[in-house]
Amino acid sequence: MPIIKPKVQLLDNEHKKLIFEEAKDILETQGVFIENQEAIDLFSQQGLNYKEQRFYIPRDLVDKCLESVPNEITLFDREGKEHISLKDDQVHFDPGSAAIFILDENTGEIREAISNDFIKFSKIVEQLKYIEAQSTALIYQDVPKEAQDWHRLFIALSNCYKPVVTGTFRKESFSIMREILLACRLSEDDLARKPFAIFDACPSPPLKWSDLTTQSVIDAAKSMVPSEFVSMPLAGASAPITLLGSITQHCAETLVGVVIAQLTKRGAPLIWGGSPAVMDMKHGTTPMGAIETMMINIADTEMGKFLKMPTHAYMSLSDAKVPDAQAGFEAGMGALLAGLAGINMISGPGMLDFESTQSIEKLLIDNEIIGMVKRFLQGIEDYGSPFALEILKDYGEKEEFLSHPSTLKLFRKELFFPSSIIDRKTRDSWKKLGSKSARKRAHEEADKLSNKTPIKPINESLANELNKIVSKYL
Amino acid sequence: MSQENLYGEISDAIVNLNEDKATELANKAIDENLNILNVIEEGFGAGIRRVGELWDAGEFFLPELMRGAKIMQDCLDLLIPHLQGGIERKTLGKVVIATIEGDIHSIGKTIVATMLRAYGFEVYDLGADVPAEKIIDEAIEKNVDIIGVSALLTTTMLGQKKVVEILKKKGISNKFKVILGGAPVTSKWVEECGADGYAGNAVEAVELAKSLLHI
Repeated sequence: MPIIKPKVQLLDNEHKKLIFEEAKDILETQGVFIENQEAIDLFSQQGLNYKEQRFYIPRDLVDKCLESVPNEITLFDREGKEHISLKDDQVHFDPGSAAIFILDENTGEIREAISNDFIKFSKIVEQLKYIEAQSTALIYQDVPKEAQDWHRLFIALSNCYKPVVTGTFRKESFSIMREILLACRLSEDDLARKPFAIFDACPSPPLKWSDLTTQSVIDAAKSMVPSEFVSMPLAGASAPITLLGSITQHCAETLVGVVIAQLTKRGAPLIWGGSPAVMDMKHGTTPMGAIETMMINIADTEMGKFLKMPTHAYMSLSDAKVPDAQAGFEAGMGALLAGLAGINMISGPGMLDFESTQSIEKLLIDNEIIGMVKRFLQGIEDYGSPFALEILKDYGEKEEFLSHPSTLKLFRKELFFPSSIIDRKTRDSWKKLGSKSARKRAHEEADKLSNKTPIKPINESLANELNKIVSKYL
Repeated sequence: MSQENLYGEISDAIVNLNEDKATELANKAIDENLNILNVIEEGFGAGIRRVGELWDAGEFFLPELMRGAKIMQDCLDLLIPHLQGGIERKTLGKVVIATIEGDIHSIGKTIVATMLRAYGFEVYDLGADVPAEKIIDEAIEKNVDIIGVSALLTTTMLGQKKVVEILKKKGISNKFKVILGGAPVTSKWVEECGADGYAGNAVEAVELAKSLLHI
């Protein structure tokens, strides 16, 4: 146990209460746009009136729905082995999902992705020590548009055993994706007990829930598959410019998801997430690397913790177009802050250019950052006093501490060991090895990792079963 | 007050983002039966051009640009019914704009519409989740020069292509310029759709619209 568990906080309890109460006010008085028929039926059954495509949700219904949300989610791997828990301040990372482009590490160009890119990507994620979950990170163009969502789940699970953050682009796709998930489990009940896929559901700020997003939450709840809410209010454009106003709107939008899911099935597992941002007032873009974006993200997840839900955020991203200094510091700041906020699932590694582009080079650099973040979060350990006196007494005889028994005993525990992507060589040896940048070193590492034998390869019968499902729908 | 002074005051009111003053001066021009076309061109038009220059210079940010455009538009709405003697205001061109069916994201489209109006286009904003057929019907009815179609989702992007396809089927694709917008849109997609262009942000959209109409 560390002396102090490192932590960052931006909201006090009083403000969390104020935000929560105002969010409920918003839902009661401003209502929410709903266009999905099943949700319309669910709300109507509660006696709510549907006026001009909006429902006005009473606060007691919100309170009631919150009561049945599980406080934690244990995620399993493809084979059904317990993998990670989304609870308390436990921190896990997954690659930023659904990029529409890839930064080709060979040509240096940003281009549309093809399925081979995602196969390579998934194989590399499988090898990464500090990125504990995978995601359907790339949208590729060599499958029909109708298959662009579910096909990624097939590739991801065929190449990587880690739990996966995914989502639908069409209402019809959920059932296919459920079939893929069921192929990895013994039964529907087994899938519900051992979840390993999270479905992102993105409301459209301000206060709109699209047909697709709503359906995804309903379908996931029915199968007890976790939904992760990813509301993206843009402070100053589709949400108030004040950080607090934006946080309050995010809270209201996300509470709607809680109500939809719990009305569908009480106890449905949910993750309080988001991808809020401020708007860049010069370029009209949505900077994910802006410090205010990170602040909103942290506060949003503090609200999730306040409501006793597992949390998620889009952090450790950058808006740079290549893995340069900007990419490094934005991702580094984001990852450390997200870790210090104790966010359970942090999506972002690898991402550049406003969530539009994935870069394997950046992914590998981010993996190193996350290793350091995880070390930081372990804090400073107290192994018992005296802390230094005894060792200093021995110094006279040895004149160095390297061979001291305490060093040997504890150095692997006290220190984080980065891969060769992080340069800690002398200048001469760095020069001898070709004066390479971190990006170049990551590039070389990517080639090595993608050719490694998988840590947990998929067994043949499951692979065959997944292939059968694909050929049925493609 | 000479007319030149009034024009200057109007222009200043727009640049200072002073809505009350701009409205007051628009009403004054109407009450005094001034030449409304000149008031629009030399007062309000001059003002919004200065706002554009301040934006270009990096002194104004989006909220200021949008506010200026909004004040300008509100004043135009007051003034246009009072244009004398059936004179029609010459606009840079007519644009119909919408977010495509299945997509309820409207923020980018709305910003583009506001900016186009501010720079002197006549814009019909049909809102979000609009079927391709309806966009085309409106374009025909309003006899527009440009059709703008926005899509944020990779799935709804297909609707952008549908607009061009329907125009071709009807044999009227040469009557309109089709411009696309939205995060997933690339020049490759524009080519694939057979559209006429896309812009990465609202300011570029104005430039694109102008260049397509050779302005």
